[in-house]
Amino acid sequence: MSDKLLVMEGIDKSFPGVRALDHCRLELNAGEVLALVGENGAGKSTLMKILTGVYTKDAGRIIYKGEEVDISSTKVAQGLGISIIHQELNLAPHLTAAQNIFIGREFMGMGKLFVDDKVANKKAQEIFDRMNLDLDPKVKVGTLTVAKQQMVEIAKALSFESSILIMDEPTAALTDTEIEELFKIIKDLKAKGVAIVYISHRMEELKKISDRITIMRDGCYVNTVNTKDVSLDEIISMMVGRTIYHNPRGSSKNSKGEVVLEVKNLNRGKTIKDVSFKLHKGEILGFAGLMGAGRTEVARAIFGADKLESGKILIKGKEVKVRQPKDAVEHGVGYLSEDRKRYGLTISETVEENVSLACVEKFTKYGFTNFKTITQLTNDYINKLAIKTPSSRQIVKNLSGGNQQKVVIAKWLLKDCDVLIFDEPTRGIDIGAKSEIYNLLSELVQEGKSIIMISSELPEILRMSDRVIVMCEGRVTGELAIEDANQESIMKYATNREN
Amino acid sequence: MANLNILVNQEKTEKKGLGNFLNGTAAQKVLAFAALIILFIFFSLASEFFLTANNVISIILATCVNGILALGVTFIIITGGIDLSLGTVMTFSSVMAAVSISNWGLPLWAGCIIAVVTGAFCGCVTGTLISKLKLPPFIATLGMMMVTKGLSLVISDAAPVYFPDKTPENPSAFVFRDIALGNGIQFGDVVIPNAVWIFLAMIVIASIILNKTKLGRYDFAIGSNEEATRLSGVNVNAWKIAIYTLGGAFVGIAGIVMASRLGSAQPALGQGYELDAIAAVVIGGTSLSGGSGTILGTVIGAFIMSTLTNGLKVMAVPQQWQTVIIGGVLIVSVLLDLMRRKQKN
Repeated sequence: MSDKLLVMEGIDKSFPGVRALDHCRLELNAGEVLALVGENGAGKSTLMKILTGVYTKDAGRIIYKGEEVDISSTKVAQGLGISIIHQELNLAPHLTAAQNIFIGREFMGMGKLFVDDKVANKKAQEIFDRMNLDLDPKVKVGTLTVAKQQMVEIAKALSFESSILIMDEPTAALTDTEIEELFKIIKDLKAKGVAIVYISHRMEELKKISDRITIMRDGCYVNTVNTKDVSLDEIISMMVGRTIYHNPRGSSKNSKGEVVLEVKNLNRGKTIKDVSFKLHKGEILGFAGLMGAGRTEVARAIFGADKLESGKILIKGKEVKVRQPKDAVEHGVGYLSEDRKRYGLTISETVEENVSLACVEKFTKYGFTNFKTITQLTNDYINKLAIKTPSSRQIVKNLSGGNQQKVVIAKWLLKDCDVLIFDEPTRGIDIGAKSEIYNLLSELVQEGKSIIMISSELPEILRMSDRVIVMCEGRVTGELAIEDANQESIMKYATNREN
Repeated sequence: MANLNILVNQEKTEKKGLGNFLNGTAAQKVLAFAALIILFIFFSLASEFFLTANNVISIILATCVNGILALGVTFIIITGGIDLSLGTVMTFSSVMAAVSISNWGLPLWAGCIIAVVTGAFCGCVTGTLISKLKLPPFIATLGMMMVTKGLSLVISDAAPVYFPDKTPENPSAFVFRDIALGNGIQFGDVVIPNAVWIFLAMIVIASIILNKTKLGRYDFAIGSNEEATRLSGVNVNAWKIAIYTLGGAFVGIAGIVMASRLGSAQPALGQGYELDAIAAVVIGGTSLSGGSGTILGTVIGAFIMSTLTNGLKVMAVPQQWQTVIIGGVLIVSVLLDLMRRKQKN
């Protein structure tokens, strides 16, 4: 036991009405990567927030380097050498990289009165050099890409000379090459004796990077296993407490229905270049590509959220003008944003208000809205989509990610949308709810809806699509029938390699 | 060849410099500054009375009070907050100074300290309400505005309080009026009064605090991402209180200058000054959503407002129309800033 760097045992934590952690435990050795997995709400983040002093525990003890410690604030945790890279980036966009790294610990010159940015820049540059990172410490963080911002976060964590580094979904916004870079840095850190707690929903990554895996479920500790001894399916079944079968959808028979949506030669600055494609009735058209390939931009343009410079949009063979989202919705096109909380939901409102948001007019006569009908229809959809909510009056914020996504789907179904554009439909959704969303998508196309599905997870694209369109740097670089699509062929087009 | 290389390199650095110049925050200042120059040129052409030494001094003098208020509120606006109590806290500070000097018989310097402490204390209270008790800045400062407005009237018995003036026995005594209007430094015929020097000193102090100290750094950090700042181990609440307190101290100083210019504390005056100050900050390019802003911008913003007022007055534009035009300038300047940002993205 004494060689353990960190032991957390018997950790309890309750929030009003929820028992978030129930006798949780975690052991960590120096120089290892421990993956922490579990569905959303399993308590991973809560446990890590206790370790880093964001929350205080109700019961239990934390033994760090052989001594029991009381981590009462984030500052104490940082002093002990425990750092976290949060899921949502925690940087101040208006400050420079160096200023962000040393925030709260500024170097003071001139009689301890004035901050000395020169020293900070130099120290930051040293850390970047150590990470092999080509970045100017003086550049404002807000102007950097998400990946570079993440690197700044890592540099910040390194600057504490941390013994423990916690990474919460570090790859969620990174491209494959950036992930490779990150893994290289993780391996370097490991070699230097830093212990890393790695939280991720991407199972393939865990296999690749972790030494051991601790599994949590419903606020409880389940098991810790050596990564090389278990299969992904075993991990997943421990996570959900049941076995989930992955059956690919298989090529759908009705994929060559009439063309419901066609776009011709769309252009918008550098982000969309000469994009054309057709969407058939009852098919799922997968949009693959790296981050920044222009997929979201195409979706937003079709939906009228961004202005097009040129190009035609045809719905059921008729050319339509889409100047604003209202036009698209009237033509039966619904867009489900990758960022549900910002663009998809009015998060502090009820399920009912969210579901009916797009079509209050439909239930309004002479200025009066028929709320009874709305409640009734909302309840129908709660049942149909199996939305887990105590009632239609529940605040959406309190639902899980998967159920929030279903609320957005219900909104567009109620509006009678025939074409649904899903942008990263399962981002931030745990693995159990993922299959529910997949089943839902399959049912929707069987009912004759047509779906464009943008996804950065290739297994998701391969599992769900009837056809795959691959984009790179604003252009459509490839179109594949599902039979011809595999990880390699898609990546070839996504990186636009000519071999 | 070597020469050529140097030439090419020079050109490169120059280009880079120019590029940064046009894209960075500098552009904002250049734009505002250009607007100020254009105003000067326009009014000079429109009226022969505009570009005279005395008129320029009177523009600067007219900028002082609003300028010092704007400097203080710049810190607050950078955190993403707002302070609606500036005007009435300023009046409250000047009433406190007047009452302590005229009614309690305290010396001048003590009265000035009381004014600054009063302003700082009000700022400290609003800061505490906002950070510890989580009141929205709009509400907390709206409340403070009404409280101090009332207190000014209570303490002064709702009547102006006059400062002791020069007496026939002692015509050269330094009186309160001299703080702002005393002859600071003369350049030939041109007298630059003390108030201008006080304003200048405040600009320098504000600029150093914002750019060189921890308070300035955390000011930007809180406005940019408060949660990240908190999670970095920074005591955000304490710094917010410090920032509002600093803003309050500036308000107290503005109160001294104001009262000194009037020779009295006018308890019914003050409301409305907060909006002028906020307008100056916004014209100067500081974003109301927090995270960015400059002292120079604020100073230019304050000058644009007073130049407009002065110039329109010199051109004999009726006062009602002056207000309409200044409102229009405020809207246009924020629109221009928005367009520039959009282009940059």
